[in-house]
Amino acid sequence: MPRKQECIAMLLAGGQGSRLGILTKNIAKPAVPYGGKYRIIDFPLSNCVNSGIYTVGVLTQYQPLELNDYIGNGQPWDLDRAEGGVHILPPYQQIKGSEWYKGTANAIYQNIHFIDRYSPDYVAILSGDHIYKMNYDKMLSYHKEKNADCTIACIEVPWEEASRFGLMFVDSEGRITDFEEKPKNPRSNKASMGVYIFTWSKLRQYLIDDEADPNSSNDFGKDVIPKMHRAGERMYAYEFDGYWKDVGTIDSLWEANLDLLNPQINIDLDDASWKIYSRNAAAPPHYISADSKVENSLVSAGCEIEGEIDYSVLFSNVTVEKGACVKYSIIMPGAVIKEGAVVQYSIVAENAVIESGAVVGEKPESMKDPSAWGVAVVGAGVTIGKGVTVPSKAMIDKDMKGGN
Amino acid sequence: MRARNILGIIFANMYDDCLHELTALRTMASVPFGGRYRLIDFHLSNMVNCGIDKVGVVTKGNYRSLMDHLGNGRPWDLARKRDGLFLLPPFNADSSRSRSSRLEALIDLLPFIESADDEFVILTDCNVVCSFDYSGLIDFHKNTGADITVCCKRGIRPNLNDLMTFETDSDCRVTKIAVSPKLTEECLYSLNIVLLRKPFLERLIAEAKSLNYRSFTRDIMQSNVEKFKIYAYEPEGFIRTIDSLKSYYDISMELLKRENRKELFSADRPVFTKVRDDMPAIYGINCKAKNSLIADGCHIEGEVENCILFRGARVGKNAVVKNSILMQGTIVSEGAHLNCVITDKNVTVTQGKNISGAESFPIYISKGIRV
Repeated sequence: MPRKQECIAMLLAGGQGSRLGILTKNIAKPAVPYGGKYRIIDFPLSNCVNSGIYTVGVLTQYQPLELNDYIGNGQPWDLDRAEGGVHILPPYQQIKGSEWYKGTANAIYQNIHFIDRYSPDYVAILSGDHIYKMNYDKMLSYHKEKNADCTIACIEVPWEEASRFGLMFVDSEGRITDFEEKPKNPRSNKASMGVYIFTWSKLRQYLIDDEADPNSSNDFGKDVIPKMHRAGERMYAYEFDGYWKDVGTIDSLWEANLDLLNPQINIDLDDASWKIYSRNAAAPPHYISADSKVENSLVSAGCEIEGEIDYSVLFSNVTVEKGACVKYSIIMPGAVIKEGAVVQYSIVAENAVIESGAVVGEKPESMKDPSAWGVAVVGAGVTIGKGVTVPSKAMIDKDMKGGN
Repeated sequence: MRARNILGIIFANMYDDCLHELTALRTMASVPFGGRYRLIDFHLSNMVNCGIDKVGVVTKGNYRSLMDHLGNGRPWDLARKRDGLFLLPPFNADSSRSRSSRLEALIDLLPFIESADDEFVILTDCNVVCSFDYSGLIDFHKNTGADITVCCKRGIRPNLNDLMTFETDSDCRVTKIAVSPKLTEECLYSLNIVLLRKPFLERLIAEAKSLNYRSFTRDIMQSNVEKFKIYAYEPEGFIRTIDSLKSYYDISMELLKRENRKELFSADRPVFTKVRDDMPAIYGINCKAKNSLIADGCHIEGEVENCILFRGARVGKNAVVKNSILMQGTIVSEGAHLNCVITDKNVTVTQGKNISGAESFPIYISKGIRV
C-alpha cells in the first residue's frame, strides 16, 4: 500500500463540453487548447503541484485518447512520482459488471478504492475545465480551521450573470446557509467554482448512500451537496477573488483567451512563483518578418509571421503569410493563414488551412443585426478554400472548396 | 538507419578560448544560441534523432551551468535505466589537468569507453552549430570500409588552432592532412565530428597512452594518413563553425533567413532543449517588431529590429533595439537604445542608455551586469 497522504485531488475530466461544438468533436473539453501554449487541464494540474498536492486522479470518459496522451506520465507537471503522481482513471469492469460514470458523484464513488489506497484525511474534487490560479493548500487550511466537512470555493460574479451559476448564501462566519441552483431571480452573487474539499470519511459515506438512492442523479451539485446541507453537516464557503473563468461556450473560450491581452485582468501567466506547466512543443523561437506588423498579441514558439496580427493569440507553429490579417482571433497549433486571407473574431482549430483571399468571421459592427453576431469557428484540419467567406457564428467542420 | 550500437561522446570544453567572453563562466557546450538553445543541444539532438541512446559528456572545468542544463537528460529522452546520459567530469585534479586536448581526454576516458557494449563511437566538440542526419554518415562509413570517417566542410578555414584541412582522392579518401595551414582560399576543413569502430578507438588510445602521444590531429590522424583508411564525409544542411565572438554573432544572425531556419530546425529532426515553461511572447500596444527571432516569455513594448531575443527578454516602451542578441532575462528599460550589442543572461540596461557597437565589432555585456 502507498503511504498515507493528507490530501489528494480528484480531477473530473470526463465531460464532453458539448457547447464547444466542433472543438470537442474528437477531444475532451479539458484537452482544449488555451492561452497560446496550454490546454485547459494545465491549470488545475499546475494548481495541484503548486499547492503541494502530488497525488491526482484524473477521471476520464469522453474521447480520452488525446487527453491520455497529453497527460502521459505527468512529467511536465512534476507528477511522475515514485509515490502518488498522476493516475488516469477511466470507468472499468468489476465483478458485478461495468458501468459508465453516471454523474460526477458516481465517478468518485467508482474510485473509492483508489482513494482509500492513500488513506487521505481530505479529498479535493476539482473540475478539469476552468481557467484559474488557486492555492488549494490555503483552502485546505481554511477547511481545517473551520473544522468543516465540506468547503466550497466561491467567487462573486456580476449580478447580471449570477443566474447562470449555482449560488450560495453565507453567514458572517463563512458557513453556508443555503443554496440555489441557477435561479431566475438571483438573491446572491456568490457562485460555486466547482472546487470542493471534503473530509474523506464524511464524503465516503455520502457517496455510498447516494449510490444506494435510486432517485439520485449521482451528481455533486444536484445530489450530494444538498443532501449534506439538509443533514446539517458543517459546510463552508471559501472566498476566492482572483481570475476564474468557466470556458463552457465558444464565446467564453474566445473571451478567456483575449482576456490574457487585457492588462486590467489579473491572471498573470508570467508569475514565476505560480507557473502554469504544460507539455511543450520542441519548436524554435518564432520569427516575425520585416513585412509583418504584430501588436497587442500573444505569439508562441515555432510561428512564422509575415502578415498583420492584432489583438490575437497564436499557438505554436502557426504560419501567417504575407498580406494576411489576423484580428481578434485565436489560432491553434499548426494552422496556416495564407496570403491575403483575413481571419477576424474567429477561432481556427489545430492544423486548419485558410487559403488565400478567404475571409473568416465578421466584425460585430458590420452586422445588420448585431445580436446575431458570434465567433466563427474553423474545425481541426479543415481547409477553407480560396476566396471563401465564412460568416459570423459559423462552425465549419468540413473542407470548403473555393474558386481558383 | 537507427544507431543503437553507437556510443556518442561530446567534448564540452574544446575551443573555449576562441569565445572567451561567453565561456568565462561556462563551457562551450552551454553557450546560449538561437534564442532558446545551448550549443550542446544541437549535438545531443543529432545523436538522439538518429537513435543513439548512450551519450557521454566530457567536461574539464566551468561546468556548473552545463550540469544545470543537462539535468538527468530528460529533455533529450536520455533519462534511462539502461544507457542514457553520462556526465563525465574529471574525477581528480590530475584528470582535470590532463583533459586539455581530445586525445588526453580520451586516454582519461578509456575505462568508460571500454565498459560500453556499443560497436561504434562518434566523437564531437560543441563549437559547430549543425543539424544533419547522422545516418548518412553511418552508411558512408560502412560503405567505404573506413577506419576513421571525419565530417568536414568546404569553405574558408575557421580560425581555430589544431584544425585539420584535408586533401582527398575521388573516392573521398583523405590523402593529405594539414593542421591549421595558412590558407586564404577555400579548402576542405574538419568539423571534428569523427566516427570509428570502438575496438579500433580503444587500440588507438592504448597506443597513445603507452607512446605518450598528446594530439589526436597530429599523432593519430596526420601521422597515419597512409596507414589508416581515413575518409572525409561532407554532410548537407546548416553547418557553421564558431571561432570568435564575431562569428558567433554572424552565425546567430544567419537564423533570420528562412532557408537557414528550415535547415537547422527541420520538422523531422527537432532540436530538444531544457524546458522553462514560459508563457508565449507578449506584444504590447504600439510595439514595433521586424525581422527578429523571438522566444517564449519575451515582453515587447518598444521597437525591435534584426534581433534575436532569448526567453524572458524584455524591451520597454520607447526602447529601440537593433541588430542585437539579448540573452535570457535581459531587460532593456524605457527609452534605451541598443545597436549591435550582445547581452549575456540577466543584463539590465537602465532607462535612456545608448549603447552602440558595429556589425563588425558587436559590443558584449557580460552576465548580470547593470548598465
